[in-house]
Amino acid sequence: MSQLWDFAGGVHPAEHKHQSTSRPIRAAGIPERLILPLQQHIGEPAEAIVRVGDRVLKGQKIAEVKTGMGVPVHAPTSGIIDAIELLPVPHPSGMADWCIVLKPDGEDQWGEHQPVSDYHKLEREQVLDMIREAGIAGLGGAGFPTDIKLRPPRDRKVETLILNGAECEPYITADDMTMREHAAEVVAGMKVMAWILRPSRCVIGIEDNKPQAITAMRDAVQGTQIEIAVVPTKYPSGGEKQLIRILTGLEVPSGGIPADIGVMCQNVGTAMAVSRAIFEGKPLISRVFTITGEAVRQPGNFEVLIGSPISDLLVEAGLQADQLNRLVLGGPMMGYTLTTDTVPVVKTSNCVIAATAAELPPPPPEQPCIRCGQCAEVCPMELLPQQLFWYSKATEFEKAEHLNLFDCIECGACSFVCPSSIPLVQYYRFAKDEVRTQRAEQLKSDRARERFEARQARLEREQQEKELRRKERAKAAAVAQAQKQIEAEQTVAQGDAADNRDAKAALVQQALERKKAKTAAPPEAIQQTPSQPANKTDIDALEKQLMQAEAKLNTMQGMLDEAKAQQADNVDKLERAVAKNHDRVERAREALTDAQKRAGAEPAPQLSE
Amino acid sequence: MALVQQSSPHAHNARPTSRVMLWVILAAIPGLVAQTVFFGWGNLINVVWCVVIAMAAEATILKLRDKPIVFFLKDNTAAVTGLLLGLSLPQFAPWWVSGIAVISAIVVAKQLYGGLGSNPFNPAMVGYALVLISFPVAMTTNWAQPATLWAGAPGFGETLATIFSSSQTSVDAWTMATPLDEYKHKIASHTAAEVLEHPTFGDLVARGWEWVNLAFLAGGLLLVWLRIITWHIPVAFLAAIAIMSLAFGYNADQYAPLQLHLLAGGTMLGAFFIATDPVSAATSHQGKLIYGAGIGVLIYLIRTWGNYPDAVAFSVLLMNFAVPFIDHYTPPRTYGHHKPRRGAPGKSGG
Repeated sequence: MSQLWDFAGGVHPAEHKHQSTSRPIRAAGIPERLILPLQQHIGEPAEAIVRVGDRVLKGQKIAEVKTGMGVPVHAPTSGIIDAIELLPVPHPSGMADWCIVLKPDGEDQWGEHQPVSDYHKLEREQVLDMIREAGIAGLGGAGFPTDIKLRPPRDRKVETLILNGAECEPYITADDMTMREHAAEVVAGMKVMAWILRPSRCVIGIEDNKPQAITAMRDAVQGTQIEIAVVPTKYPSGGEKQLIRILTGLEVPSGGIPADIGVMCQNVGTAMAVSRAIFEGKPLISRVFTITGEAVRQPGNFEVLIGSPISDLLVEAGLQADQLNRLVLGGPMMGYTLTTDTVPVVKTSNCVIAATAAELPPPPPEQPCIRCGQCAEVCPMELLPQQLFWYSKATEFEKAEHLNLFDCIECGACSFVCPSSIPLVQYYRFAKDEVRTQRAEQLKSDRARERFEARQARLEREQQEKELRRKERAKAAAVAQAQKQIEAEQTVAQGDAADNRDAKAALVQQALERKKAKTAAPPEAIQQTPSQPANKTDIDALEKQLMQAEAKLNTMQGMLDEAKAQQADNVDKLERAVAKNHDRVERAREALTDAQKRAGAEPAPQLSE
Repeated sequence: MALVQQSSPHAHNARPTSRVMLWVILAAIPGLVAQTVFFGWGNLINVVWCVVIAMAAEATILKLRDKPIVFFLKDNTAAVTGLLLGLSLPQFAPWWVSGIAVISAIVVAKQLYGGLGSNPFNPAMVGYALVLISFPVAMTTNWAQPATLWAGAPGFGETLATIFSSSQTSVDAWTMATPLDEYKHKIASHTAAEVLEHPTFGDLVARGWEWVNLAFLAGGLLLVWLRIITWHIPVAFLAAIAIMSLAFGYNADQYAPLQLHLLAGGTMLGAFFIATDPVSAATSHQGKLIYGAGIGVLIYLIRTWGNYPDAVAFSVLLMNFAVPFIDHYTPPRTYGHHKPRRGAPGKSGG
């Protein structure tokens, strides 16, 4: 008998498990329509790889996840793809999502599937691929893709592999019945996982209210090194963090994963699915599902095809529609109410409770919190629920976070015992959502600010570079001017003094003509003006013009960018202005190049743009 | 088909506030019976009177605040406040003294602070402290003699008439200093043996008082057993008094001995019924231990060196002041964290 630890808090809700354990697991029939959501678990949704009208075989892959985290979806039976459309899916919000609708043809004809008798001969990667290709995502809760979970981070060694058979939620007996009737498959699946992970300890945790499952599992692990740990019945012992604490005495660090402390938890249903994927080559197309509650005449567990609408299953369990008051998907502590019974069973669904009004009565009206502390007494995470409630209600989220709001597992123990009937978990969900939204917005605005600051820095840098270039150009121009001066002086010195007056007159004439041309032609038309060879002053003037045009373009560009960043309504106008200025710069540049060409032998100033 | 929409959890197993309060009332009955046996009808009359006034005051102020009257009266919290005052006030306290105590408890200490759950101070103790300071004579001279000493013990009618009459002429014959009062004032000039000769001490610890305290202890243990209160506050409270008595009062000729501290005055009523008022007490286990111990230490200090023979009300109120501070520094360590996150956000991790 291995050592067990206790976890803080916990409650003992009425179990209501006998109702659904009195009958063996029955096979639910093939419904008229199977609704297969493309997203059945956390991660990326799958993409349909079949078209409406296609005939598919049982076990055929009909949707695939190409990139990111996810697993494929398979046809649970043979039939025709009827539609790919938005339909209500199991979700607390009652939302619709993309689903493949399969119309079974009744033949239940299997496609190809390849069992492996000796997986030891394969590479571990091959086995992991088989698990992925079988579409297995955790059957216990959030539905993390199993192949990814079985690949812990490189620097983390899983020393303890735990199979979670605690099933602490009232009403639900899917794992209990799976262990009773499929113990060998569960153990076989666990062995495959253990072969992949090579842990030093394998343990199956089962609550002591399941004696038959315990017996069956003890028989099944004969001759293996797998331990069966019988844990005291206390909700929520099946919570991953709580079960890890019970079986190892360790705590998963806040914000971390079990692999951080060398532990991995898998659900018993997942183990069975792995066993079927490897030894029978069958993908995950059905699961054990509890249908219970006082509004059904024959509550029990069913082997149901994934995609079966809840409504069909309720009929099979003998629903008394007039008695039905509340449909809960999952258990009474953490499950959520359904708005419609048309939603399908997905890979992560384990139970539906068809409750009468007397069975799950509406809670009495909320009263003020009297700080009695019952909530803190039962909190399995050792939080201060009443303080969290207070801060959540007052929207003081920073303080709520400081008191570890995000460590809350929403088990509902606090609400369960609250003498003032306060829907505490609802307040925590609200607070968490608000904080997540705020964080997302903060991230968005941080990114916008970073972008803005980067742009400002870039503009400044460009401005500096331009200034530098301008200075270089000015320097070069000055050098050229000085050279010209020297040349002119030399000419004068060479004795052209006699022609001095004529030359002067010619220069004056030239200047006059230039001026005339300038006034006649707007700056845009500069390139058309000088028909005679351009001289140094012309080039200088053009240079200056180009610089001015460039500067203006810059300013306009800056204004435009800013306007765009602020989404101002003058963006269009500025865009036009920038385009206009851009043309102007282009023309000025052409004119300058032209003038330089014509200047011929004149040493051209260094222009680089 | 209209399916009910509800947030989880769907199962509830709460003991509603009204039932919690009812258990508190029931658990106080042994103490009330002991009071009646040893000190006459005074406490019972006070309890009934205080409860009636408390309910009336609560109803009136709820109406003024435009709150649902029946909904809140049904929670029994006003009745508990009235009950606690009725149990704590002197047996022959005139009707208007208890009336003022109750009205200030309900109206000022509770409702003006926002009603149930919002009061930082224990309402009953606010009422008690108010009348103790305002009417010191009425609050110290009206303690009944233990019934075993009375030659002509007053019957129910006489007690009722005394409490509700305008002049309390006959009361002196039926009253006596409480053991704590007697010890406190005589020990300075007498030896312990001399002081204990006074009939108020009786053969055991404090005539009548010891049984009243034991009865409240029994009721309190019932509350702990029913998990209506946790053990933290009473244990820390009593342990603190015990440690202080042993540390400072080991010499009975100087200070009151341990057994007198534990079994006289309002010790057990305070430890199990008053200090444990959840609204005004500290939250976490660690916080409750500090809070309870603080009350115990203060009770000892005031009883021994203060002006008052008993000090439950003042000690509880003083520690009520400290509750936000205590809560601030005593959150529990959450699963998966190395240490508790004390103090304000932005500081210390864990």
